[in-house]
Amino acid sequence: MLAYAVRRLLFAIPTLLVISFIIFLILDLAPSDPTANLPLTIPQDVRQQIRLSLGLGEPMHVRYLKWLYQFAVNEPMHALEQLTGHHFSATPRVRVLSWQTRSPVVDLILQRLPQTLWVVGLSYVVGILIAIPIGIVSAVRQYSWFDQIGTFVSMVGYSVPTFFTGLLMIMLFSVHLGWLPSIYDTNLRVTDVASFWAQVKQMIMPVMVLALFNAAQISRYMRASMLENLTQDYVRTARAKGMREWVVVMVHVLRNSLIPVVTVIALGVPQIFGGAIITEQIFRVNGLGQLLITGIQGADIPLVQTLTFLFAALIVLFNLIADLLYGMLDPRIRYD
Amino acid sequence: MRLRHILTGASAAALMASAAHAERGADGQVNVLYYQAISIMTPYLSSGTKDIDGAALVLEPFARFDPDGHLVPYIAQEIPTLENGGISEDLKSITWKIKPDILWSDGTPVTAADAIFSWKYCTDPEGGCAQAPYYDDVTDVEAIDDKTVKVTFSVPKPYPYTAFVGAQSPIIQAKQFADCLGANAPSCTEANTMPIGTGPFRVTDFKANDVVTLEANPNYRDPAKPAFATLVLKGGGDAASAARAVLETGEFDYAWNAQVEPEILAQMAAAGKGEIISAFGTLLERLHVNQTDPAPALGEERSTVKHPHPFLTDPDVTKALSLAIDREILVETGYGEAGRPTCNLVPAPEYQNSPNNDWCLKQDLDQANKLLDDAGWAMGADGVRAKDGQRLSILYQTSVNSVRQAAQALIKQWWNEIGVEVELRQIDPAVFFGGDPGSPDTLQKFYADVEMYADNFEGTDAERYLGQWVCGEIPSPETAWQGGNTSRFCDPAYDAARAEMSTTTGDEDRAKMTIRLNDMIVNSAAIIPLIHRGRVSTKSKTLGGVEMNAFDSELWNVADWYRIK
Repeated sequence: MLAYAVRRLLFAIPTLLVISFIIFLILDLAPSDPTANLPLTIPQDVRQQIRLSLGLGEPMHVRYLKWLYQFAVNEPMHALEQLTGHHFSATPRVRVLSWQTRSPVVDLILQRLPQTLWVVGLSYVVGILIAIPIGIVSAVRQYSWFDQIGTFVSMVGYSVPTFFTGLLMIMLFSVHLGWLPSIYDTNLRVTDVASFWAQVKQMIMPVMVLALFNAAQISRYMRASMLENLTQDYVRTARAKGMREWVVVMVHVLRNSLIPVVTVIALGVPQIFGGAIITEQIFRVNGLGQLLITGIQGADIPLVQTLTFLFAALIVLFNLIADLLYGMLDPRIRYD
Repeated sequence: MRLRHILTGASAAALMASAAHAERGADGQVNVLYYQAISIMTPYLSSGTKDIDGAALVLEPFARFDPDGHLVPYIAQEIPTLENGGISEDLKSITWKIKPDILWSDGTPVTAADAIFSWKYCTDPEGGCAQAPYYDDVTDVEAIDDKTVKVTFSVPKPYPYTAFVGAQSPIIQAKQFADCLGANAPSCTEANTMPIGTGPFRVTDFKANDVVTLEANPNYRDPAKPAFATLVLKGGGDAASAARAVLETGEFDYAWNAQVEPEILAQMAAAGKGEIISAFGTLLERLHVNQTDPAPALGEERSTVKHPHPFLTDPDVTKALSLAIDREILVETGYGEAGRPTCNLVPAPEYQNSPNNDWCLKQDLDQANKLLDDAGWAMGADGVRAKDGQRLSILYQTSVNSVRQAAQALIKQWWNEIGVEVELRQIDPAVFFGGDPGSPDTLQKFYADVEMYADNFEGTDAERYLGQWVCGEIPSPETAWQGGNTSRFCDPAYDAARAEMSTTTGDEDRAKMTIRLNDMIVNSAAIIPLIHRGRVSTKSKTLGGVEMNAFDSELWNVADWYRIK
């Protein structure tokens, strides 16, 4: 297992290099201009000078290698220097700088991470907590009214876009009832009960909107997986041994049914870091998703390149984790 | 008797309320929402209006424009003029005096050295300063003494209020930015996000593209201002929900740029928590009419002066096209409070808005048809006019934008009614406005017969803006398709009049000159002015002192804002 993991990790390096180059190519070939958002009153020669000052005058491969060096060498070295307080070289390291904000991209990402993890991460957890019981009951009582309603709700949750449910909730809870804030306050620090309550209030709507969407997806997987296992021979054996239905379902069937669901859940984790672009925009959570979309709108190539690359790295990593988890949970699967 | 008591009581209460305003920080917090979040707190490296507005809370120029377009001294003691000796007789220099008691938010005095530094900072060729045009023709900025700054120009400047005037060219502190010159400018993250300024607020926390937290500047020159102790400038989301946060939920006090369909905005305002405010600057939505032939068959010589347009150089055709348009309907459907019909190229400020061109304000299809009939364009069997085998067929392009596309569809319908065939085309804004000489779809290349977009000029003086219409400004392959004269308008009489303007002094004479030049352009075949567009924002009914301004930052007088109790 360890040898397998190491082999996969080593193989990930060339994969990621190729991915980073492809991302760079796509961004470079796309028609985008960092000065496009400037007022029209700014003349073309000034725009040209701005582009040059951003390094756009250099050939493509030089820009790619510069980014790669800044990201793969300077950023980790900078982090190490910050941690240890020891400076390896006297000259300050050139970090990956965002064009829009002229501040280091990695700092921006770290600034955005908490709210994304809180809101999107929590919605994932809530989604799983809702989905698994629904999936179990729906499968055990297949075609009952509970199953029908569950199927209906998950179809609605899956097919109605979050910008609709989000707006609906804002209209209801913020505009008409006035219970919840429609704008997420990223400055809020939880220090006492009152601020904790404020944090809960501002998280309820975005978390629920996303949780509904996540739950819809996972509950379907859970139901299908349970149904598949319920007809297996070992279930009949368990029942024949005289086990109570509760034990049969919750111990035997559930554990086996969870194997593919855990994989699906692990594969979905990178999406948490990707943020939820639309939901973050609606509630102004201003997490990683909003960072990415403002970067794209402003043609902030270093920011978009770095963020997209990090997402790619997370996807590669969680694919590996899912594979390893699968091997650990299912004794029938061996990688060595 | 009782009524009088009540009235005196009420007025006493009102007096007390205004007395309460006369204390810095007494009104707590004001929440401002910009749906395009602030990226950086300096206009010199900014990527848009939102950053310029954000920076205006902290950084100040010598003088700002008020809502009527007149100059108001900020860091300067007074506005230099020829009369008070601030402008030299040869018009080649202007001398600004700094207010004696003005301090930076860190407590140090503002000196002439700061202004000199600001000029050097923005004109450094390596720095990529976005506001460099404000320092055009400036050859030297020198200190006469600690508090007096002399700006020298290479040419006579009848209108010298460019450098250090308006939200785009404020004074930055020399000490804070000392290491940020040239190529170092972008890496000065601390200085760029938390600048030391002279404005009513200073930054306490900056989250790029998210939220800026500011507090009252303890060293602000007016000890009673600002009334608010803190200001939160939140960003993100979209225009509609920003307007909703002010008008319907009341979570925010002020939301910038309510670019929302007029009906929806009016519905939100009906909730009664806030109001819609607007101000009209110089932004004009217009149709440029190509004076050169964009036919693809011409290859490299498409849309160049070598080939005049087969029919659009006739002012009567352009006039007919203009008369066919119902500008009121365009305003109603697309702009609401944010637009009004106009027939002028320079629609503001009021003192230089030409009174001579009202003929286009009312749609007149009969007159339009008559003009085309008289010009020899006979209606064909297919409903399209033709003359000498040339069909009246127009390719009409604009940027991808729901309001523009709706207007395009309406205009196409009206033009069809007068026998003009119209083909519509939409281009991605980043490409259309991008100015990339390699792309065939830029507004400068103008590979179409008419194109629609909006343009404006900063401040109030139209000289440079009108200068875009001279023959030498026509984009062509020789100039790498640079140049502001997108219509390819060329009239020697106009060029001569425009040259005259650069020697005209005095506000009144310059306004007359502006009107004269404006009239020459709008009565030519080169342009169809459509909508005078304003800024629209929303504010809470409890927020007082807001004076919407279209010539400077919208937040220009934030020091005077207060809470209505």
